[in-house]
Amino acid sequence: MATVRLSFSPAPVHVRTARLVGVAVARRAGVREDLLDEVRLAIGEACTRAVALHRQYGLHDPVLVEMSDAGQYAVRVVDRAPIEAGIGLAALPPDELADESLTDEALTTGVGFALLAGFVEDLQVRPVDEGVGTEVRMVWPVGR
Amino acid sequence: MELSLATRTVGEHTVLEVGGEVDVYTAPRLRERLLELIDGGARHVVVDLGRVDFLDSTGLGVLVGALKRLRSAGGSFALVCDKEPLLKIFRITALDQVFPLHPTVDAAVGADTTGAGA
Repeated sequence: MATVRLSFSPAPVHVRTARLVGVAVARRAGVREDLLDEVRLAIGEACTRAVALHRQYGLHDPVLVEMSDAGQYAVRVVDRAPIEAGIGLAALPPDELADESLTDEALTTGVGFALLAGFVEDLQVRPVDEGVGTEVRMVWPVGR
Repeated sequence: MELSLATRTVGEHTVLEVGGEVDVYTAPRLRERLLELIDGGARHVVVDLGRVDFLDSTGLGVLVGALKRLRSAGGSFALVCDKEPLLKIFRITALDQVFPLHPTVDAAVGADTTGAGA
Protein backbone atom coordinates (compact mmCIF):
# COMPACT_ATOMS: atom_id res chain seq x y z
CA MET A 1 0.00 0.00 0.00
CA ALA A 2 1.19 3.50 -0.82
CA THR A 3 -0.15 6.78 0.44
CA VAL A 4 0.53 10.21 -1.02
CA ARG A 5 -0.58 13.32 0.86
CA LEU A 6 -0.70 16.81 -0.51
CA SER A 7 -1.79 19.87 1.36
CA PHE A 8 -2.06 23.25 -0.28
CA SER A 9 -3.01 26.81 0.57
CA PRO A 10 -6.63 27.41 -0.46
CA ALA A 11 -5.86 29.26 -3.70
CA PRO A 12 -7.29 28.43 -7.15
CA VAL A 13 -3.83 28.26 -8.72
CA HIS A 14 -2.98 25.12 -6.71
CA VAL A 15 -6.02 23.10 -7.80
CA ARG A 16 -4.27 22.23 -11.06
CA THR A 17 -1.30 20.87 -9.09
CA ALA A 18 -3.66 18.66 -7.08
CA ARG A 19 -5.22 17.35 -10.31
CA LEU A 20 -1.83 16.55 -11.81
CA VAL A 21 -0.65 14.73 -8.68
CA GLY A 22 -3.96 12.88 -8.33
CA VAL A 23 -3.79 11.57 -11.90
CA ALA A 24 -0.12 10.65 -11.61
CA VAL A 25 -0.80 8.58 -8.49
CA ALA A 26 -3.90 7.02 -10.10
CA ARG A 27 -1.87 5.94 -13.11
CA ARG A 28 0.81 4.51 -10.84
CA ALA A 29 -1.87 2.69 -8.79
CA GLY A 30 -3.19 0.97 -11.94
CA VAL A 31 -6.42 2.87 -12.58
CA ARG A 32 -7.52 2.18 -16.18
CA GLU A 33 -6.38 4.78 -18.71
CA ASP A 34 -9.95 5.47 -19.85
CA LEU A 35 -10.92 6.50 -16.31
CA LEU A 36 -8.10 9.01 -15.85
CA ASP A 37 -10.00 11.95 -17.38
CA GLU A 38 -12.78 11.32 -14.86
CA VAL A 39 -10.28 11.05 -12.00
CA ARG A 40 -8.74 14.36 -13.06
CA LEU A 41 -12.10 16.11 -13.26
CA ALA A 42 -13.43 14.71 -9.99
CA ILE A 43 -10.32 15.57 -7.97
CA GLY A 44 -10.40 19.04 -9.51
CA GLU A 45 -14.06 19.52 -8.58
CA ALA A 46 -13.54 18.32 -5.01
CA CYS A 47 -10.55 20.64 -4.57
CA THR A 48 -12.34 23.58 -6.21
CA ARG A 49 -15.22 23.08 -3.79
CA ALA A 50 -12.84 22.98 -0.81
CA VAL A 51 -10.99 26.11 -1.94
CA ALA A 52 -14.30 27.94 -2.44
CA LEU A 53 -15.46 27.02 1.06
CA HIS A 54 -12.17 28.13 2.68
CA ARG A 55 -12.34 31.45 0.86
CA GLN A 56 -16.01 31.92 1.71
CA TYR A 57 -15.22 31.48 5.42
CA GLY A 58 -11.87 33.31 5.35
CA LEU A 59 -9.97 30.19 6.36
CA HIS A 60 -6.24 30.04 5.69
CA ASP A 61 -5.86 26.38 6.69
CA PRO A 62 -4.57 24.17 3.92
CA VAL A 63 -6.80 21.82 1.94
CA LEU A 64 -5.71 18.21 2.35
CA VAL A 65 -5.69 15.65 -0.47
CA GLU A 66 -4.82 12.09 0.45
CA MET A 67 -4.45 9.33 -2.12
CA SER A 68 -4.02 5.66 -1.34
CA ASP A 69 -3.94 2.51 -3.45
CA ALA A 70 -4.80 -0.27 -0.98
CA GLY A 71 -6.68 -2.60 -3.34
CA GLN A 72 -8.48 0.36 -4.91
CA TYR A 73 -7.62 3.96 -5.62
CA ALA A 74 -9.11 6.11 -2.85
CA VAL A 75 -8.87 9.90 -2.72
CA ARG A 76 -9.93 12.03 0.23
CA VAL A 77 -10.25 15.79 -0.11
CA VAL A 78 -10.65 17.44 3.29
CA ASP A 79 -11.76 21.00 3.98
CA ARG A 80 -12.04 22.82 7.31
CA ALA A 81 -15.23 24.79 6.70
CA PRO A 82 -18.25 24.58 9.03
CA ILE A 83 -20.06 21.33 8.33
CA GLU A 84 -23.44 22.86 7.56
CA ALA A 85 -21.80 24.64 4.62
CA GLY A 86 -20.41 21.49 3.09
CA ILE A 87 -23.01 18.77 3.30
CA GLY A 88 -25.94 20.51 1.68
CA LEU A 89 -24.95 19.75 -1.88
CA ALA A 90 -27.59 19.31 -4.53
CA ALA A 91 -27.59 18.89 -8.28
CA LEU A 92 -29.75 21.32 -10.23
CA PRO A 93 -32.47 20.28 -12.67
CA PRO A 94 -31.99 21.48 -16.27
CA ASP A 95 -34.80 24.02 -16.20
CA GLU A 96 -33.13 25.83 -13.31
CA LEU A 97 -29.65 25.94 -14.84
CA ALA A 98 -30.32 28.91 -17.09
CA ASP A 99 -32.74 30.57 -14.69
CA GLU A 100 -32.04 34.29 -14.46
CA SER A 101 -32.37 34.35 -10.69
CA LEU A 102 -29.76 31.65 -10.09
CA THR A 103 -26.48 33.15 -8.86
CA ASP A 104 -23.19 32.20 -10.50
CA GLU A 105 -22.00 30.67 -7.22
CA ALA A 106 -25.10 28.50 -6.84
CA LEU A 107 -24.85 27.42 -10.44
CA THR A 108 -21.17 26.47 -10.17
CA THR A 109 -21.79 24.59 -6.93
CA GLY A 110 -24.72 22.66 -8.39
CA VAL A 111 -22.85 21.84 -11.60
CA GLY A 112 -19.76 20.83 -9.61
CA PHE A 113 -21.79 18.42 -7.55
CA ALA A 114 -23.47 16.99 -10.66
CA LEU A 115 -20.01 16.30 -12.09
CA LEU A 116 -18.80 14.61 -8.91
CA ALA A 117 -21.92 12.47 -8.64
CA GLY A 118 -21.87 11.70 -12.36
CA PHE A 119 -18.23 10.71 -12.64
CA VAL A 120 -17.63 8.95 -9.32
CA GLU A 121 -19.64 5.81 -8.68
CA ASP A 122 -18.27 5.43 -5.17
CA LEU A 123 -18.64 8.92 -3.66
CA GLN A 124 -19.15 9.94 -0.05
CA VAL A 125 -19.44 13.42 1.44
CA ARG A 126 -19.32 13.35 5.22
CA PRO A 127 -18.12 15.27 8.26
CA VAL A 128 -14.47 14.72 9.21
CA ASP A 129 -13.90 12.39 12.17
CA GLU A 130 -12.12 15.05 14.24
CA GLY A 131 -12.64 18.78 14.35
CA VAL A 132 -14.53 20.93 11.86
CA GLY A 133 -14.82 20.17 8.19
CA THR A 134 -16.02 17.88 5.45
CA GLU A 135 -14.38 15.01 3.64
CA VAL A 136 -15.14 14.12 0.03
CA ARG A 137 -14.11 10.50 -0.48
CA MET A 138 -13.88 9.04 -3.97
CA VAL A 139 -12.92 5.50 -4.94
CA TRP A 140 -11.98 3.97 -8.30
CA PRO A 141 -11.12 0.36 -9.09
CA VAL A 142 -7.54 -0.57 -9.99
CA GLY A 143 -6.25 -3.31 -12.27
CA ARG A 144 -7.11 -4.22 -15.85
CA MET B 1 -1.57 23.89 -20.56
CA GLU B 2 -2.37 27.57 -20.03
CA LEU B 3 -5.59 29.12 -21.23
CA SER B 4 -5.48 30.64 -24.70
CA LEU B 5 -8.09 33.01 -26.12
CA ALA B 6 -8.39 34.30 -29.68
CA THR B 7 -11.22 36.18 -31.33
CA ARG B 8 -12.29 36.28 -34.98
CA THR B 9 -15.37 37.40 -36.87
CA VAL B 10 -17.55 35.24 -39.13
CA GLY B 11 -20.26 37.38 -40.67
CA GLU B 12 -22.38 38.76 -37.84
CA HIS B 13 -20.83 36.34 -35.35
CA THR B 14 -17.95 36.82 -32.99
CA VAL B 15 -16.08 33.55 -32.56
CA LEU B 16 -14.00 33.12 -29.42
CA GLU B 17 -11.51 30.27 -29.78
CA VAL B 18 -10.57 28.84 -26.42
CA GLY B 19 -7.66 26.48 -25.81
CA GLY B 20 -5.96 24.78 -22.88
CA GLU B 21 -7.44 24.35 -19.42
CA VAL B 22 -10.53 26.21 -18.21
CA ASP B 23 -10.67 25.79 -14.44
CA VAL B 24 -11.16 27.70 -11.20
CA TYR B 25 -7.87 29.55 -11.80
CA THR B 26 -8.25 30.45 -15.48
CA ALA B 27 -12.05 30.84 -15.77
CA PRO B 28 -11.98 34.49 -14.55
CA ARG B 29 -9.93 35.39 -17.68
CA LEU B 30 -12.53 33.72 -19.88
CA ARG B 31 -15.28 35.63 -18.06
CA GLU B 32 -13.44 38.94 -18.55
CA ARG B 33 -12.97 38.32 -22.26
CA LEU B 34 -16.62 37.40 -22.79
CA LEU B 35 -17.73 40.51 -20.88
CA GLU B 36 -15.39 42.66 -22.98
CA LEU B 37 -16.90 41.25 -26.16
CA ILE B 38 -20.50 41.69 -25.00
CA ASP B 39 -19.88 45.15 -23.54
CA GLY B 40 -18.14 46.01 -26.82
CA GLY B 41 -21.33 45.29 -28.73
CA ALA B 42 -21.01 41.64 -29.76
CA ARG B 43 -24.52 40.13 -29.81
CA HIS B 44 -23.98 36.81 -31.56
CA VAL B 45 -21.18 34.89 -29.89
CA VAL B 46 -19.86 31.43 -30.67
CA VAL B 47 -17.34 29.91 -28.26
CA ASP B 48 -15.19 27.29 -29.96
CA LEU B 49 -14.02 24.73 -27.39
CA GLY B 50 -12.13 22.69 -30.01
CA ARG B 51 -8.74 23.13 -28.37
CA VAL B 52 -9.92 22.90 -24.75
CA ASP B 53 -8.46 19.89 -22.96
CA PHE B 54 -9.96 20.49 -19.53
CA LEU B 55 -13.21 22.17 -18.47
CA ASP B 56 -14.63 22.25 -14.94
CA SER B 57 -17.73 23.58 -13.19
CA THR B 58 -16.25 27.07 -12.90
CA GLY B 59 -15.76 27.24 -16.65
CA LEU B 60 -19.28 25.95 -17.24
CA GLY B 61 -20.59 28.65 -14.89
CA VAL B 62 -18.85 31.34 -16.95
CA LEU B 63 -20.40 29.99 -20.17
CA VAL B 64 -23.88 29.96 -18.62
CA GLY B 65 -23.33 33.54 -17.45
CA ALA B 66 -22.52 34.63 -21.01
CA LEU B 67 -25.55 32.76 -22.37
CA LYS B 68 -27.90 34.55 -19.95
CA ARG B 69 -26.37 37.94 -20.64
CA LEU B 70 -26.69 37.58 -24.40
CA ARG B 71 -30.22 36.21 -24.24
CA SER B 72 -31.38 39.14 -22.14
CA ALA B 73 -29.74 41.49 -24.67
CA GLY B 74 -31.62 39.83 -27.54
CA GLY B 75 -28.49 38.10 -28.84
CA SER B 76 -27.41 34.52 -29.29
CA PHE B 77 -24.79 32.22 -27.80
CA ALA B 78 -23.60 28.83 -29.03
CA LEU B 79 -20.78 26.41 -28.33
CA VAL B 80 -18.64 24.40 -30.70
CA CYS B 81 -17.51 21.08 -29.28
CA ASP B 82 -16.93 17.67 -30.84
CA LYS B 83 -14.78 16.00 -28.19
CA GLU B 84 -16.54 13.15 -26.44
CA PRO B 85 -15.02 13.77 -22.96
CA LEU B 86 -16.29 17.35 -23.03
CA LEU B 87 -19.67 16.36 -24.47
CA LYS B 88 -20.04 13.91 -21.59
CA ILE B 89 -19.56 16.77 -19.14
CA PHE B 90 -22.40 18.67 -20.81
CA ARG B 91 -24.65 15.60 -20.71
CA ILE B 92 -23.95 14.77 -17.05
CA THR B 93 -24.70 18.32 -15.93
CA ALA B 94 -27.77 18.54 -18.22
CA LEU B 95 -26.19 21.62 -19.79
CA ASP B 96 -26.56 19.95 -23.19
CA GLN B 97 -30.22 20.97 -22.80
CA VAL B 98 -29.26 24.58 -22.09
CA PHE B 99 -26.56 25.33 -24.71
CA PRO B 100 -26.83 25.03 -28.46
CA LEU B 101 -23.91 22.64 -29.13
CA HIS B 102 -22.46 22.22 -32.61
CA PRO B 103 -19.59 20.17 -34.07
CA THR B 104 -18.16 23.02 -36.15
CA VAL B 105 -18.18 26.82 -36.25
CA ASP B 106 -19.94 26.70 -39.63
CA ALA B 107 -22.71 24.57 -38.15
CA ALA B 108 -23.08 26.94 -35.19
CA VAL B 109 -23.31 30.02 -37.42
CA GLY B 110 -25.67 28.30 -39.87
CA ALA B 111 -28.01 27.13 -37.11
CA ASP B 112 -28.45 30.59 -35.59
CA THR B 113 -32.11 31.51 -36.01
CA THR B 114 -31.93 34.87 -34.22
CA GLY B 115 -31.52 36.79 -37.44
CA ALA B 116 -27.73 36.64 -37.57
CA GLY B 117 -27.45 33.32 -39.43
CA ALA B 118 -24.96 33.30 -42.31
